[in-house]
Amino acid sequence: MSFSTKEIWKEFSSNSIGLVGIGILVVLFCMSIAAFIAIPTETFKEWNDPASWLTYPKSALPVWVNYFLSDKIPEHMILKPQESYQHSGNVSVVTDVFTVDYEYDSFPSDFVYQYSVKYTGAPLVQLSVTRPDGLSSILMSTSLPYSYNETMFSGMLFSTDDSMKKNLENNISFLFPVTAIPSQNLVFSDHDQNKALKGPYVFKAKIYEINGNITPDQSTFVLGGKAYGLMGTDELRRDLAVGILWGTPLALFIGITVSIGSVMLGLVYGVFAGFKGKTTDEALMRFNDIIYAMPALPLLIILAVTIGNSIFLIVGFLVIFGWVGIAKVSRSMAMQIKTLQYIEASKLMGQKDFKIIFKHVLPQLLPYTFASIAISVPAAITTEAGLSFLGLGDPTFPTWGQILHDASVYGAAERGLWWWILPPGIMIAITGLAFVFIGHAMDTIVNPKLRR
Amino acid sequence: MGFKKYLAKRAITMFGVLMATLLITIALVGSNMDAILKQSVALEIRQQVTNNKSLVSSFKTPDQLDTYVQNQIKQRVVALGLDQPWYTPQRLGLAMYKILTLDFGHAKFLTSDTGSSDVKDIILERLPNTILLFTTATAIVSLLGILLGAIAASKVNSKIDKITSGFAIVSSSFPVWWVGLIMIFLFAFVYPVFPARATPTIPMTDPGYAVSLLYHMTLPLITLVLIGFGSWAYLVRNFLVGVLQEDFVMAKRAVGIDKKKILYRHALKNAAPPIVTVLALSLSGSLGGAIITEAVFDWPGMGRLYYEAISVLDLPVIIGATYVLTAFFLVSIFLADILYGYFDPRIRRQ
Repeated sequence: MSFSTKEIWKEFSSNSIGLVGIGILVVLFCMSIAAFIAIPTETFKEWNDPASWLTYPKSALPVWVNYFLSDKIPEHMILKPQESYQHSGNVSVVTDVFTVDYEYDSFPSDFVYQYSVKYTGAPLVQLSVTRPDGLSSILMSTSLPYSYNETMFSGMLFSTDDSMKKNLENNISFLFPVTAIPSQNLVFSDHDQNKALKGPYVFKAKIYEINGNITPDQSTFVLGGKAYGLMGTDELRRDLAVGILWGTPLALFIGITVSIGSVMLGLVYGVFAGFKGKTTDEALMRFNDIIYAMPALPLLIILAVTIGNSIFLIVGFLVIFGWVGIAKVSRSMAMQIKTLQYIEASKLMGQKDFKIIFKHVLPQLLPYTFASIAISVPAAITTEAGLSFLGLGDPTFPTWGQILHDASVYGAAERGLWWWILPPGIMIAITGLAFVFIGHAMDTIVNPKLRR
Repeated sequence: MGFKKYLAKRAITMFGVLMATLLITIALVGSNMDAILKQSVALEIRQQVTNNKSLVSSFKTPDQLDTYVQNQIKQRVVALGLDQPWYTPQRLGLAMYKILTLDFGHAKFLTSDTGSSDVKDIILERLPNTILLFTTATAIVSLLGILLGAIAASKVNSKIDKITSGFAIVSSSFPVWWVGLIMIFLFAFVYPVFPARATPTIPMTDPGYAVSLLYHMTLPLITLVLIGFGSWAYLVRNFLVGVLQEDFVMAKRAVGIDKKKILYRHALKNAAPPIVTVLALSLSGSLGGAIITEAVFDWPGMGRLYYEAISVLDLPVIIGATYVLTAFFLVSIFLADILYGYFDPRIRRQ
């Protein structure tokens, strides 16, 4: 029954399914590392804070769908400016230039110019556009409140503003009735018919100040689109790629801790019962039967509702219901090992029971242990996902189950927001499969009966 | 150990499980429950006193009125036994006894469709729907699973065997409720054939209710079957492959008994006991899946009731539903035990 590490690896490497499992697991670990490196922990803490996702689009498709569509849908863009600062005489001008290469077949949903500036006096902010056909127009201008002392001011210019449409009508002669058309649809439209005009657009934002001082702080230009990022966004404007990526280490953590915890607990419990035998065994096994037959999910739900739903508590709850099966199997194995002569010999030599269990019995069960750890990971991940799906997960961590919970709350399935429901479920399944494959491969090594 | 003794032992374990589950549930929600009960007592008495105008006018200062109300509340709390904590033996015993006799009290927020707030009424209204959906699903899944498993076992390593095993492993990796979401997406959004919400929109008294219920049941049923039959087939196949290698099968083949007859009549019966055990134990998992599946499809059964009760923290309903779900689950395990005895004569005739 004993194996050397080398032998196990030799056996394992000849099992192609097991190697596939290892391969997937390596990819998942790389994703976890990427999540830690690429996404700052602040972003991940802000997952449930709507304020931090304001510049993102609502329910946007993943960008790559454009490869499959004949009518390209506009991408959501958050642009950084090319900033320049001029100072002549007593006039100072800050210019932010944003260039957009617009290659889509429909109009953006809106656009917003966000700026913050430190000034004295009463500066004037002016936004204008130069289109690919050479036509240009002032879009909006506004003056900031007068301030004698230096103050910080943040503002936004929205495409929904009425003055923008009037400016457009005055500066560009459209050959179609413009009354019912929102201004972003005019800015990006051909002048003879209301169709998207492709090509480079230049948005110029100027802040003028006479006599006073201006120091620009930061500004962005958000062109509202219907596609964003690798995985799109959800109804709450969150970037799903962040959620999916961060879900990976969380799922691995939950799955692996729960399975190691419950396998260890079950192993010690079962071996102890099997080794002791008689009344101890009977009592321990009756208790085991009771836990075995308890309906896990209803009780897990009640535990989460009454005691708490921090991620560590949930791991603990899952261990409570996870150890029973392993206890049963390891008990029967311990009963077999108990009858072996070397155990009897050490008993005769006066070795203490606990020492025999930890020194002579448990090591024999190690290969089986690794197989059961791998096999019990998927159940832990799915159960946690299920709890999160019911809205009972830890709200501070974006797990895949929670993403699906939000999707279900906002009716993503009925509304056809497939990019919101497909990836989390597929990730749950892939992670589960990796461990199933590894466990299966280890099982064939541990149980020679299954070989053939 | 005779079969009767075996069943009696199992029944005692089951009862122990039921009691343990109940005790844990009460222990977990007990303190909250007390707080809620005390609040409602206080509210009730305040209302009674303020409605009684002559009583209110007999007090000279607001302080007097207040002490009177406080005294009344204290008296009522003592009368109800709420002054003692929930874990005293009398209160615990009373609570257990009440639940055992299906007296769950009144729901705080939820009501049945007929407007009753009695937890028993609410549960009795939902239970048939859950039984309908899950017995139908289990029947279809087991039939499909046994058939497919037998076919796969008779042709080990054939294409059909490999496809079955692969499908079983892949399908059991997806959470049922996620497949439910995908089904809603496919059959309620892309091809709007079935309704996304599984609750029938017409009232229960309408003659067309039964038809509407069945129509609304289709999508959850398909989901449960799709996810379930793979692992059944895999299990049946694995046990059957073992049985088919045994000597008695060889002997039967040598005698010249029809291959199909050996497979379905003899081998399957011999493989049945372990299959029944494993499946009875997997029921716990499917029960959990059922709660979430009902929540996904909005199927008006016990699972959704549970979900609703949790979201508004309606404790009497949570306790009642846990009890009924546990009992329901244990009865099915017990049935599996009887089946086991039926298939395995060694247990019956010892």
